[in-house]
Amino acid sequence: MSKQIKVALIGNPNTGKTSVFNQLTGLKQKVGNYPGITVEKKEGICKLPRGVKAHILDLPGTYSLNTTSLDESVVVELLLNKNDKDFPDVAVVISDVENLKRNLLLFTQIKDLKIPAILVINMADRMVRKGISLDIDLLEEKLNTKIALVSTRKGTGIDRVKELIADYKNLSVEPNINTTVIAPEYFDKLKSTFPNEDLYKLWLVITQDVNFMPIEKNPIEIPASFKTKSKSELKRLQQKETILRYQFINGILKQAYKVDLNAAKGLRATLDKILTHKVFGYLIFFVILLTIFQAIYDWSSYPMDFIDELFASGSEWIKNTLPPGGFTDLIAEGILAGIGGVVIFIPQIAFLFLFISLLEESGYMSRVVFLMDRLMRPFGLSGKSVVPLISGTACAIPAIMATRTIENWKERLITILVTPFTTCSARLPVYLIIIALVIPDGNFLGFSYKALTLMLLYLIGFGAAIFSAMILNKIMKIKTKTFFVMEMPNYKLPLLKNVAYTVLEKTKSFVIGAGKIILAISIILWFLGSNGYSDDFYNAETIVKQKIEKEGFTNFNVEAIRSSLNSYKETLHDSIARNGAIFDKEAIADSLKAKEIILRQKAVNQEIASYKLENSYMGIAGKAIAPIVHPLGYDWKIGIAVLTSFAAREVFVGTLATIYSVGSDEEDTIKNRMAAEIDPVTKKPLFNLASGISLLLFYAFAMQCMSTLAIVKRETNTWKWPAAQLVFMSLFAYIVALIAYQILK
Amino acid sequence: MTTTVAQLKRGQKGIIKEFADGVLPVKLMEMGCLPGNEIELIQVAPLKDPIYINCNGTHIAIRRSVASLIELEIIEDSPL
Repeated sequence: MSKQIKVALIGNPNTGKTSVFNQLTGLKQKVGNYPGITVEKKEGICKLPRGVKAHILDLPGTYSLNTTSLDESVVVELLLNKNDKDFPDVAVVISDVENLKRNLLLFTQIKDLKIPAILVINMADRMVRKGISLDIDLLEEKLNTKIALVSTRKGTGIDRVKELIADYKNLSVEPNINTTVIAPEYFDKLKSTFPNEDLYKLWLVITQDVNFMPIEKNPIEIPASFKTKSKSELKRLQQKETILRYQFINGILKQAYKVDLNAAKGLRATLDKILTHKVFGYLIFFVILLTIFQAIYDWSSYPMDFIDELFASGSEWIKNTLPPGGFTDLIAEGILAGIGGVVIFIPQIAFLFLFISLLEESGYMSRVVFLMDRLMRPFGLSGKSVVPLISGTACAIPAIMATRTIENWKERLITILVTPFTTCSARLPVYLIIIALVIPDGNFLGFSYKALTLMLLYLIGFGAAIFSAMILNKIMKIKTKTFFVMEMPNYKLPLLKNVAYTVLEKTKSFVIGAGKIILAISIILWFLGSNGYSDDFYNAETIVKQKIEKEGFTNFNVEAIRSSLNSYKETLHDSIARNGAIFDKEAIADSLKAKEIILRQKAVNQEIASYKLENSYMGIAGKAIAPIVHPLGYDWKIGIAVLTSFAAREVFVGTLATIYSVGSDEEDTIKNRMAAEIDPVTKKPLFNLASGISLLLFYAFAMQCMSTLAIVKRETNTWKWPAAQLVFMSLFAYIVALIAYQILK
Repeated sequence: MTTTVAQLKRGQKGIIKEFADGVLPVKLMEMGCLPGNEIELIQVAPLKDPIYINCNGTHIAIRRSVASLIELEIIEDSPL
């Protein structure tokens, strides 16, 4: 097997690095995470000329090798560690022709690490319009490298990149700049202490944590005997280094880079004027938000309904096809239901990322951050917190991952901690069914009470997020000195291919990442619900049958049988009348009788299932927590549903469906069954305004999502924060629900 | 009294003066905010913060608190 060339793509954000990656690798790419942290790791395979293959690693965007964020530290860690399995044979530095000067800063740093480096100058298609002319030969000579002029939009120049990669052994590894001149004495001392190490590399290792705490250990241990400089001294030297580099770059570009200033400035200024306008800017943002909500709630309901039906019928099919028994039940009710619970969220997640990637690709997102920053700051949040908070309305998991762009740790942590308050899509089914049950019909100014309640719940969620951010901002004593500096990239028409890749990737990572947990929990729930240890559980069938013989069916089932018999009778009469057949009283009576037997059998089975559940491990657990949930107005059944919801909120409806043994997940029947539930003490409906509001508020505030907790743990690298979220949010939810119920009761 | 980027009006330009070492974040310098370079104020967000500048061809948004650390000499008034 031929050896693959290891290639690392490095570049500033907004230079089209991802587009180059997509064009080099096509669909042969894999997205994962760096061990221990949630920085995305994108890899792919690229076919080069002469049958050679290259392994391409797309590193996170960075402005320099002076780390200020988690993403950037990943790049530096890799480039400093020759033993890393991903250490590149060749670095491909992507730059943007309009921002070449700034992009070259990073290039010279990489060159000085003596890593073979190719310079890709992207967005060449803009040169004519912007009046830019380049002397490539001169640039190649001065920078001592090979250059490929690329336009990912037009698809030109990629072959040249591949040629250069295949030919990487001919690249010079001479550094561009001698950094030691910024502090000759200091570097002399370094050299005598570490005679075997490269000086520039040492310098980067030493200065790495000046601005940022690295997570991994430095690859080179600095002995205590070596007196390093104070942080502020090092910082000063870093600035000197930056100035030195810019002097070098300016010297080269003066000769090789010409811009005709009379060329069109055009679109950017006009768009900026409108999109960051103090009235229109917010208005446009608001309309875009509305569209996103519309897509997530409305447009995605069609594929979601389809998926729901698909899994319901699949589960039914398995039950009917495979021999009955524990294994079939596990597949049909545990695994398939679990997978369905994951797949159902795909349309919403895909829509959300479609919009987010469109907004990001076009350059609009930076304008939103710009508009919102000042408004968010009193709450300890940053303009960059807006994206996570909006994404949180779909799902907190990708939202928390999106906080990575916030470079201020305190602002980032607060954003992570409060995002789960925003009303995520998993709360929606719970809200919908409870609202339908307890909120009366009627309307206020043309809006129905039910719709208003739903909107109020969204506002409550957002308000809780903002309010708790404010409190956290007051009490958290984290000193941060990072500054808010954000590039405002040029507007671009999003590349369809890039958007499609992003949607595909993010959806895949959700399905696999969160999916595993949801699946595991569904299986556990199924096990707890379908197993027990008591005699009551094992003899459920006999006990229930005897009870039915003695006392008859429960009121609900009696009613249900009568009503479905009636409707069956009507359809029979209708079809007979339609077909012009003669009424045969006996035949009708027979088929009605047959139908009744089926219905009765179904009711028996349902009551057995319900009785079994009551005596299963889950039922026992539910009764154990009954005293705790009783003050909130819930019985043990709701208690179980609330308890299982701590795995994921969306299991609430499913759990109640199982408990009330309505047999199918069809919302309408669950609703009817819930409406018929009577409180044994008060003899009034169990789901009334008081208990309903109490439930709604509980779900609005409680931290009921294992996947979110897991992701918070990964992002903050400690169990401290997710544990705090779980305890505080749930305690708060309990107290609020308690107060609401006791007042409304 | 010294003039800083925070005092620029929309459309106004200035040249960055020498600044004391270690005051500004390195990231800002990497973006091109170096002594001798030109800064133009493009847009101010509602509530006057953050501000949107063009520094040496790089368009960035910074908060007013950072802007007030960058001293400059105003070179021309807004053509608008």
